[in-house]
Amino acid sequence: MTDMPLPQTGRAGARTKGSLLQADSRTRRRNAAEKRFRAYGVTAIAIAILALVFLLTTIIRDGASAFRQTYLSIPVTLDAEILDPQGNRDVAEMSRVLTLGYGRVLDAALDRSIGSLELNIPGLSEGDVDGIVSREASAQLRQRVLNDPELVGQTVELNVLVNGRIDGYFKGRVTMASAERDSNVSPQQLLLADALAERGLLVTRFNREFITNPDASDQRPEAAGIGVAIIGSVYMMLVVLFLAVPIGVAASIYLEEFAPKNRITDIIEVNISNLAAVPSIVFGILGLAVFINFAGLPQSAPIVGGLVLTLMTLPTIIIATRAALKAVPPSIRDAALGVGASKMQSVFHHVLPLAMPGILTGTIIGLAQALGETAPLLLIGMVAFVREYPGGPPEGLFDPASALPVQVYNWTQRSDPAFVERASGAIIVLLIFLLCMNLLAVYLRRRFERRW
Amino acid sequence: MPLSWALLASLALAAAGYMVGRSRAFASAGADSRTLHSRPTYHGMSVALLALIPALVIMVLGALARMTGLLSAEAGGVVGLLALGAAVIGLGIGVSRINAGFMARNAVEKIVLGFLIFCSTIAIATTLGIILSLVFETGNFFSQYDWRAFFFGTEFVPRFEGNSRLGVLPLLWGTLYISFIALLVAVPIGLFGAIYLSEYAGPRTRSLAKPVIEVLAGIPTIVYGLFALVTVGPMLRDAIAQPLGLGSSASSVMTAGLVMGIMLIPFVSSLSDDIINAVPQSLRDGALGLGSTPSETIKQVVLPAALPGIVGAVLLAASRAIGETMIVVLGAGAAATLSLNPFEAMTTITVKIVSQLTGDNDFSSPETLVAFALGLTLFVITLCLNIVALIIVRKYREQYE
Repeated sequence: MTDMPLPQTGRAGARTKGSLLQADSRTRRRNAAEKRFRAYGVTAIAIAILALVFLLTTIIRDGASAFRQTYLSIPVTLDAEILDPQGNRDVAEMSRVLTLGYGRVLDAALDRSIGSLELNIPGLSEGDVDGIVSREASAQLRQRVLNDPELVGQTVELNVLVNGRIDGYFKGRVTMASAERDSNVSPQQLLLADALAERGLLVTRFNREFITNPDASDQRPEAAGIGVAIIGSVYMMLVVLFLAVPIGVAASIYLEEFAPKNRITDIIEVNISNLAAVPSIVFGILGLAVFINFAGLPQSAPIVGGLVLTLMTLPTIIIATRAALKAVPPSIRDAALGVGASKMQSVFHHVLPLAMPGILTGTIIGLAQALGETAPLLLIGMVAFVREYPGGPPEGLFDPASALPVQVYNWTQRSDPAFVERASGAIIVLLIFLLCMNLLAVYLRRRFERRW
Repeated sequence: MPLSWALLASLALAAAGYMVGRSRAFASAGADSRTLHSRPTYHGMSVALLALIPALVIMVLGALARMTGLLSAEAGGVVGLLALGAAVIGLGIGVSRINAGFMARNAVEKIVLGFLIFCSTIAIATTLGIILSLVFETGNFFSQYDWRAFFFGTEFVPRFEGNSRLGVLPLLWGTLYISFIALLVAVPIGLFGAIYLSEYAGPRTRSLAKPVIEVLAGIPTIVYGLFALVTVGPMLRDAIAQPLGLGSSASSVMTAGLVMGIMLIPFVSSLSDDIINAVPQSLRDGALGLGSTPSETIKQVVLPAALPGIVGAVLLAASRAIGETMIVVLGAGAAATLSLNPFEAMTTITVKIVSQLTGDNDFSSPETLVAFALGLTLFVITLCLNIVALIIVRKYREQYE
């Protein structure tokens, strides 16, 4: 570092004697330090990648089974005396028969068909036999009969949902040993399930209902689905798309192209970058205080969720849009102004179309962020248990609904371990949505990006 | 809904206004359309905007009045009619203004500029809304609960029957402890990862590893939360906490901190990556030319030069960690304890905000209002961290520009 001669002592002296081809101890130490430093970097990257792989594999391992469900196929005689006491097939009259009546019909069908198989399972009680189907099965049967009253009196081949524990047995979650200790399922039921599966009556197949069904109560994990949650999430994304994108793009155009450099625009800019770093739960508090308590909008409505997420994604969209506008070279603007366009024309006719790919990419990333956001939605009541599908937009935006990430949270709060499978399954669906959006963003960037 | 009908009708009127305005403009120009000041489409647009804007303003005001209860729900029809009337009047004025000399383009551009300015003030309105709602409700809270007991209380025990103790200190401690562990995980990994990717890795490794790390940033926090709850928590409990006798709870400071650390890795690494890349190449060349090895260059030249920026990045990461909700809700537990044991369940400010504001409780009890005071505390802490970090990062950027 300086022109001063190094003191000729110790290692420095030793170095002058050695050959250049043979590393002395100091060089070796420096090279070792170099190698170590590199190894730290590689380790850091490896840890990050391993964490990602571990995270994804556990989620997929836990959740893949949510897409398969066990069904029991049995012939059910729809006894007209129980289901249609008046005998006139009038839906209004028939809807007075509660789910309980359908449960009796199902139980009778179960006893009959399982009795006819002449299985020999010691200690199998009648309650055990009836308990292998889901509590939701009778409600589903009732719905089906009310939709098609002509079924009454016939014998139909039904695919009945099986109890969550029996379903868990075929997915490896429930074992004989755990059934001994479980008050909800007995080993005899598992033996019966085995026997039925052997005869091909009990089949585990693809679970379409998981995607389309609404949520189900604590006791019926086998019937729980993410239908309402998907609709709620889609509605919120629509609100975000229709509000955040125009507002965000307009705000960025003003700030980037028109705003004079003064105090006020400076405040707006600092404000936006701060807003981008405000914790998401604070936006939830804002939504609760302003949209629900002050403006009186209904709780757990997608419109409120959409508004909160709009405010939350605005900074992301504004920052991305401004970067895209900044990337358009000034020569484009100068050329437009030079041939007589107004400032507004130069921006809207020339700069904006050229910045479009960047804006789209930023928008999609902002939407993806909003889709996965949970915390603010908890505060505006989206955790409520919702079984009814919301109506069509725009009125449906005010109906109660759930959202995918909130549904996941909801299921983690339940005691039955079968809900962990459901939660992981919902996450897989959520991640697939996010993956598609991100791939679209990458595609748009690759396809349309321009380097000036 | 009469309002949506009124909206559709005024949209139709605006569309009609556009057509009429355009053809009137052509007609007023006579044979030579060059005599027009503005192109006919601008005339059409000015008529359409004049029809649409008053109607929209009336409808928005009406909707607001209905929400705040100033108007009954039946008044929707009256508002709709008023809006339609305004649209018709606007249309009439717009059409009557048209002649060859009318500066339609300037009029339209003025309106559009107004819209742009309005949109850019929404960010300020949001901030104001946050501050006002937090301060207002916090004021309510402190009128019912002593502020000294809130800021210096060492117990957080909300009770529905009243007489709750709502001290913020155990929550603050849990928040800071978890964030500290998260940073302990994220900062070394993120920083070394960024150094390796920007200084050592070839373009191929870089193009492979960078997107993979960015995937971590795209994963929603609820996924990390479930991961903490189902996988990491039980694993830590069975492997470390129980054998060592440190605790028997799956949700713990360690669980939440570790998972949050993983979540923050991409955040730290992408910020540090930008900052390291902003260090001028000449500094590196100088150090390398004097015979230092690459790692010596990084340790003694690049990192000291990038230090302010990295400090800023760490502060931003800390503010993220403090405000993070879902991971701690699912991974940290719900008991407010003041303890040093990282394998004990603790709770944070965000967890308590969620637990006090979800569920059935009325909005006047201190047990609910405390959530707003906690929210304000959280907002102030993260705001300070963000502002300091932004100032540092900005200063640092200017240094090398």
